[in-house]
Amino acid sequence: MSPEQNLSSPTRSPPPPEWASGLKRLYNSVVDEPLPDSFADLIAKLDDSDS
Amino acid sequence: MSEASDRNQFKREMLNVVPHLRAFARGLCGRADFADDLVQETLLKAWAAQARFEPGTSMRAWTFVILRNVYLSELRRNRFRGEYDETQAERILVAPAGQEGPLHLGDLHRALLTLPPERREALLLVGAGGFSYEEAADICGCAVGTIKSRVGRARAALSAMIEDGSLPKRASGDGVAHVEIMKGLAAAQQTKD
Repeated sequence: MSPEQNLSSPTRSPPPPEWASGLKRLYNSVVDEPLPDSFADLIAKLDDSDS
Repeated sequence: MSEASDRNQFKREMLNVVPHLRAFARGLCGRADFADDLVQETLLKAWAAQARFEPGTSMRAWTFVILRNVYLSELRRNRFRGEYDETQAERILVAPAGQEGPLHLGDLHRALLTLPPERREALLLVGAGGFSYEEAADICGCAVGTIKSRVGRARAALSAMIEDGSLPKRASGDGVAHVEIMKGLAAAQQTKD
């Protein structure tokens, strides 16, 4: 698993690089945040304004 | 009436995907406040377009299409200044310290922001959001092969930045990211791809 091998075979689908789990953590860290009330409020108001 | 319950169901499904919309938007634009603006705009548009949603299909995929369109149109209006929002993520270690020092989530996110938008979104959808190549292709309205190529190029670019230590640094990264985003956008508009 040398870094050279990883970089020199761009045609094959390489195994996810070492940092790849970081992307998921970046994403999941936002998914796991408490949701600000503003979103539920917005969605609730959509009902009112719909005719 | 079943119409009212359909609307309530739609509303519930929208609320359920909001955390995912926020995560995708944050990944795309790098700022929590802008990202949440994008999500709010997305929810308004999704509500207005609810007749086009097919019940039983993925609300997450459907709203992601709307979100990416909102994002791209805001990007064209040059609304984003490419600033990176320093948060706790800044201090989360992704990989053990190598020759170039430790890799933090914040470093990774800044590097992601230097990519052309279409590669950034492809990598976010597949590498972070867990969509298949086929689903990501549907969301972006392009061929599966195009998505595979964009993901591959995005990964190679990030790997190269990490390997050779050219990750944008905290102090100067924002300006670099902005320039790269705008260059990428200009290129994307020229090639329409």
